[in-house]
Amino acid sequence: MTRMTRKTMRSAAALLAITLAFAGCGDDDTVVSAPEAVTDGSTSTSSTPEPMFPVTVTADNGEVTIPTEPTAIVSLSPSITEMLYAVGAGDQVGAVDASSDFPADAPVTELSGFRPNVEAIGALAPDLVFLARDRDDVVATLEGVGITVVLLEAPESLEDVYRQIETVAAATGHLDAGAEVAAEVESGIAALLSDVPERDEPLTYFYELTDEYNTLTSQTFIGAVLALAGLDNIADGVDPGAGSYPQLTAEYVLDTNPDVVFVAHADGSAPSADELSARPGWAELTAIVDGRVVALDPDIASRWGPRIVDLFDDVVRATAGIG
Amino acid sequence: MPRRHPTRPPLRWLVLSLVGAGAAVVVSVSVGPIGVSPFDALRVVVDRLPGVALDHGLDPTRAAIITEVRLPRVLLASLVGSVLATAGGAYQATFRNSLADPFLLGAAAGAGLGVTVALTGAGSELGDSGTAVTAAAFVGAMVAVALTYGLGSSASERTGASLILAGVAVAALLSALQNLLLQRDDESIRDVYAWLLGRFNVAGWDEVRLLVPTAFVSLTVLVLASRRLDLLALGDDEAHSLGVDAGRLRLAVVSAATLATAAAVAVSGLIGFVGIVIPHAIRLRVGPSYRRILPLSLILGAPFLCLADLLARTLLSPAEIPIGVITAVVGAPFFLSLLRRSRVRPT
Repeated sequence: MTRMTRKTMRSAAALLAITLAFAGCGDDDTVVSAPEAVTDGSTSTSSTPEPMFPVTVTADNGEVTIPTEPTAIVSLSPSITEMLYAVGAGDQVGAVDASSDFPADAPVTELSGFRPNVEAIGALAPDLVFLARDRDDVVATLEGVGITVVLLEAPESLEDVYRQIETVAAATGHLDAGAEVAAEVESGIAALLSDVPERDEPLTYFYELTDEYNTLTSQTFIGAVLALAGLDNIADGVDPGAGSYPQLTAEYVLDTNPDVVFVAHADGSAPSADELSARPGWAELTAIVDGRVVALDPDIASRWGPRIVDLFDDVVRATAGIG
Repeated sequence: MPRRHPTRPPLRWLVLSLVGAGAAVVVSVSVGPIGVSPFDALRVVVDRLPGVALDHGLDPTRAAIITEVRLPRVLLASLVGSVLATAGGAYQATFRNSLADPFLLGAAAGAGLGVTVALTGAGSELGDSGTAVTAAAFVGAMVAVALTYGLGSSASERTGASLILAGVAVAALLSALQNLLLQRDDESIRDVYAWLLGRFNVAGWDEVRLLVPTAFVSLTVLVLASRRLDLLALGDDEAHSLGVDAGRLRLAVVSAATLATAAAVAVSGLIGFVGIVIPHAIRLRVGPSYRRILPLSLILGAPFLCLADLLARTLLSPAEIPIGVITAVVGAPFFLSLLRRSRVRPT
């Protein structure tokens, strides 16, 4: 537990240092190779019709070359949809999956990102498809029929998110805007990190996904983000066989007596503090007694788009005052 | 229906069935998010053959979707339909039990456990690639049936009843193990259930290639065994007096049926009802001889599952309805209407 915490603190400090040093610089190491674009030193966010294409980006399905500016993009990930609109590629998006409800004007379709339907995707004649998971070799199948695919899997860290934003931007011809958005998110997180107080004992939290005590560990992206805020997850290491989304027992939650309870039910329901304290034994929990039940937007909390800053803001504001 | 039943399938039935199976394939290949006429669908497919170039007017991506995504899916569904229907009919003959289906001896539970082991943390060292999962399903199904056979076939037994009971016990045990693994690994539940509910949606030529050889060998064995299965219908002792060793016949039929079923399940997930409804529907029309039922099950299982899959992928497109739901919802009323119209009682 303490080893974990020290490691967390160290990485938080390191991230802060790096962020301050490079703030606004948007360092894109080897993510993008677009020689024409590098010479363009302006920081304008407008998408200039520079000869950015063909461009080659590095994604989770390897090096992907996009021959021309995509104008019929299909995004099957709400996180990537948010990135596309944030970097200014919204006009090029032809269709997004059923879960992509942000921004509101995204062209939502019935397409599923969980069980992608290759035929239905192909019928839209997309020139670029973004995916966040490669279930059942769907990437190979799409590529096999000649569709360009960029796979960006769930990130493990904020650095991954910045890289993904820049990759999305490069693939759609918005290199500069991508660097800017990534830098904005980065500095937003850095500013919030400076509000996290030093604590002798890290706060512990329980992250509730369902009424049945389904939770997540620090191995998930959102868990890693919460660790940055100096919070210890009570589910860490409890059941190594159960993966990153274990189910805890009611007794365990009561016994560990977390300082904070985050509620982000996947089905959108949000039990109130009253409802929580009505559960057997919960009225005595520190988090309930001290009123530290924090409802998080389950949509934002399950995504890794630019709005992660808003989520982090909620978390830090809700916990910063706690000594 | 006359009470006297000839034993060979009438030519008229064979021809009609084959034409029906062919028509189902052509219609299925032409219907989907990218709609083409059956004629164009044929042109696209023929154009794909080596050494042939046909103008079909479709852009390469759309043509590729038809030949690389839809066609293998349609063929795989047809093949799996043949396998499950024939295996089901053969099981009903072997166990003289009209409720027997290809999963009677634990093949489904074994495959389910195999897949769960491969997809959950328990089998992470196996890797979770598609090949590993397919292999795990196949091995799981084979091991489960072997286990049932080892536990259930006693020298004194005469009817196969103890095999069925052993199958129930083995299936219950394996399902319990599967539930334990699933409950401990929430993340995999979605993957496992997607697999269990049928996975034609991810079928490709690889799956077809995997299934064809096993299906060919097994189905040949089963159809060739149909005359002996007719004798077995008289009872183990009567069959024995006519020169049929019931125990050995049962072992051969169960081995062939299990091999094909395990291969089908490995590439397509668990699809119920086909193995019961098709042989029974045929039995109601052509009588109880397995020399008629098995060949016709082989032919008619194909269009049944092919068209069921067509409904599964088009009714709620782009979402899919689990194929097992379609086979039950379409198959049950169809089967019941056959039962009501027919004077013939199932064996």
